Amino acid sequence: MASPSNTRSQTRRQLLSRIGTLAGSVALYQAMTSMGHAMGTDFSGPPKLSGAKKGTSVLVLGAGLAGMLSAYELRKAGYDVKIIEFQTRSGGRNISLRGGDTVTELGGATQKVGFAPGNYINPGPWRIPYHHQGLLYYCREFGVELEPFIELNHNSWLHSTGSFGGKAVRYRELAADFTGFTAELLAKAVDQHKLDDLVTPDEVAHLKNAMQGWGALTPDLTYAKGNISSLRRGFEKSQGGGLNGAPIPSDLMQRGEIWKSGMWNWMAFHERLDMQTTMFQPVGGMDNIGKAFTRQVKDLLQLNCKVTAIHQDEHGVSVTYNDMQHGGVVRQAKADYCVCTIPLSILSQLDVQVSDGMKAAIGAVPYASSVKLGLEFKRRFWEEDDQIYGGISFTDQPISQISYPSHGIFSKGPAVLLGGYMFGPAAYDFAGMTPQERLEQGIRQGLAFHPQYRKEFLNGVSFAWSRVPWTLGCCSMWSEEARKTHYKTLCSIDQRLVLAGEHASYVGCWQEGAILSALDAVTRLHKRALGAA
Amino acid sequence: MRKFLLLSALVAAAAVPAGFARADSASAISGKMEALPSGEAIYRHVCQSCHMAEGQGAVGAGAQIPALAHNPRLQVASYPATVILNGYGAMPWFSGLLNDQQIADVVDYVRTHFGNHYTDKLNPSEVALMRPHLTAEEQ
Repeated sequence: MASPSNTRSQTRRQLLSRIGTLAGSVALYQAMTSMGHAMGTDFSGPPKLSGAKKGTSVLVLGAGLAGMLSAYELRKAGYDVKIIEFQTRSGGRNISLRGGDTVTELGGATQKVGFAPGNYINPGPWRIPYHHQGLLYYCREFGVELEPFIELNHNSWLHSTGSFGGKAVRYRELAADFTGFTAELLAKAVDQHKLDDLVTPDEVAHLKNAMQGWGALTPDLTYAKGNISSLRRGFEKSQGGGLNGAPIPSDLMQRGEIWKSGMWNWMAFHERLDMQTTMFQPVGGMDNIGKAFTRQVKDLLQLNCKVTAIHQDEHGVSVTYNDMQHGGVVRQAKADYCVCTIPLSILSQLDVQVSDGMKAAIGAVPYASSVKLGLEFKRRFWEEDDQIYGGISFTDQPISQISYPSHGIFSKGPAVLLGGYMFGPAAYDFAGMTPQERLEQGIRQGLAFHPQYRKEFLNGVSFAWSRVPWTLGCCSMWSEEARKTHYKTLCSIDQRLVLAGEHASYVGCWQEGAILSALDAVTRLHKRALGAA
Repeated sequence: MRKFLLLSALVAAAAVPAGFARADSASAISGKMEALPSGEAIYRHVCQSCHMAEGQGAVGAGAQIPALAHNPRLQVASYPATVILNGYGAMPWFSGLLNDQQIADVVDYVRTHFGNHYTDKLNPSEVALMRPHLTAEEQ
């Protein structure tokens, strides 16, 4: 029996296959896009630049994804390209920490990562939405192996200190009961003619039907303890085999407490476009993306250069930097054009020769604070004891969440989880602590729903982005007012200089923002260099 | 009671999703903030994350986090208050997170610590007049 929606998709599929046969795959893609399929971010393919005037040079500042991609595309177009980078590594905020790595933050605290071989934490970006097609395109192009990142796990914990006696509940229990009670209220309201001014008579039967199916209601439109609800939320005694295999249904939560708890926020979180399945991560650590980008531009890279000034006139750009590999000696690099991907948090403090409007734009975007904790435990107790395989548990404590590794599931031996991921107030609080205090707080708060924490803990590392010397924060934080006043100026070409990075995008704080910004910047710069704009 | 009011004000500030909702974060559901009943508490739980425990600031990649210790720019109380309310360069604005009293408290605190000795106090009603209109983007 075909439901109405099946009928429609059949028809659509038939139509699409006809278009594909008649007009080829490009037309098929266009048709799919216009029919609402295959939609990603604002990425329509690599820029395919060519025909640069021979001998034209571009200096790229910063070897994060935006800088390296700019260099890659500009060289392909025929420019002489060079990248200079502050750190002794390339990759920028695309970073992974492994055993033996050292983290030194502003203020002087130094941590040595003690993870077992093969284990890692991604202190910066850690998951890639399926629709970040720009980043995914280059991952594929540069041979980065990706695997699914588990975002939503129905068996993860939700914990609120002030709700349900402070006892953690499973995501599926909350989701089932929230949905069930909501459906019941709506179905009954309609059934009892309480929404007659809102719902047409034609809708009533369909709506009741939808609520019963969606909410796991009984035929009398009630969400009640029983097999129907337990097949969503889980049984008190699970379904078994043999003589005593009969399941026992579980009790429902108290309806009023569900609304009051605010825990539904954590259901809504996964529904955001950014967090919808399928998400991805690079196999072996996020920095495999940075490494793959680096392989493409390795010969253009000069590390360990601290930029202090960017000057320009009608003839070219001159960048002053300290060559830290040679005792900080002052050097200058000259080029016809410059793509600057230095975070605005740093750039706003450098001597940069640009228009007043650009200067104001560079200074108008603060950087958010964020802290991550990577904790290594002797064993995967979240899998072995709690049957949590990947995904995220949420808590209203400052650590905010615990995310379990999506890789290495069922393996034995030590494993690393994300023991806290703070933004905003909690991030300020944690960044102000010593690394030891951060770990202790992370363990103490995690104990609220993982009693194994203390016993199984091996070691950990914290990463406070506001104390990172080369970003002073984790990513740009636009206000609506600044976006209105400054964004277009920030993205414009200022004589011979153009900025790129997540800060020059509407996909802020994501790697995709860096990719899309870089592609747009180099495309416009190329046009300008050819004298077209 | 005062503590309760203060806490709810903070929770309300933290719960505004726009306040700190960042793309790659779960902070639409921001974790709870510690109670901030004094200038010192605000300094320890917020400012210290960048300006450091002794107000000494730090030097990064050709850029710095300014020291508050021995800082002559703190001479006029409205200057630090303006910076806290509006942000400055990489520093975020705190007009959404801190109320007038808290901003006065923390301004008074930094102006009388870390080698600063400016004893005139900032009146919260002055802070109220300086409040900017800033809205973080929905992410």
